[in-house]
Amino acid sequence: MDPALIDFARNLATAIAFIVGGGFILVGSLGLVRLPDVWSRIHAAGIIDTIGAELILIGMMFQTGLTQTTLKLALIGLFLFITGPTATHAVANASFIAGIRPDRLKRNESEAVLGEDTPEEMKA
Amino acid sequence: MTKALGLLVALFALWLALSGYFKPFLLIVGFLSCLFTVLLARRMNLLDDEAVPLQLRLTLPLYWSWLGGEIFKSALAVSKIILSPRIVLDQQLIAVESPLKTDMGHVIFANSITLTPGTATVEAAPGKFLVHALTNEAASAEAFTEMARRVAVVETR
Repeated sequence: MDPALIDFARNLATAIAFIVGGGFILVGSLGLVRLPDVWSRIHAAGIIDTIGAELILIGMMFQTGLTQTTLKLALIGLFLFITGPTATHAVANASFIAGIRPDRLKRNESEAVLGEDTPEEMKA
Repeated sequence: MTKALGLLVALFALWLALSGYFKPFLLIVGFLSCLFTVLLARRMNLLDDEAVPLQLRLTLPLYWSWLGGEIFKSALAVSKIILSPRIVLDQQLIAVESPLKTDMGHVIFANSITLTPGTATVEAAPGKFLVHALTNEAASAEAFTEMARRVAVVETR
């Protein structure tokens, strides 16, 4: 294949990944401001550190091609894939134990899971 | 023994990927440091299913790619809520049954729930998770059963 064409395809793939990933990061940041409380904001942060960060990394991988750098980027992506939700869970769990009730909580099954151990503020 | 060998191979592969050196002296030194780490891990009784998850099926990357698709779909759904002129939420804390058999299976399931925007695992009890969902749609039980079914496929050989 024509090298110029391959270069163009690579740049195009990178551009698409960056634009979509950057878009998600922008929306996530907007969500951090617009959503009403810590519980809903967790999900906005979730958009940023899963799909936003991963798409940016994938975009970079198109640029580096089949090299060691790509392998390193893939490893960073893998670690984010595991540490991201762990950090999110830590924040959610801390809010739960601190007894911060979600804004206008519609359904609460805390006691079905934890029974006696449910923090006082989180009981239905 | 299998666990020790598995960890050694994985560590050396990581060492190679991060260093990129292929000189004989450095390769030997790298290998020795990996060996030393494995010996330390063995002394600390760390060579279990958690540190060296060799029990997972090799189709795990296939599960990850399916999960990637799910993440994309729910990220779009949450983005729609964020961008709507009036934000309407139905926040809820729901109980989700986890039918998985191994600890690693539970962890993969809980982490997958958290990775998907719109749902986050809050607490764990034996066989159950407490999950915070942003909307009714995110809290639908079918999505969780489907995810648990797929995790059950990869958790043990």
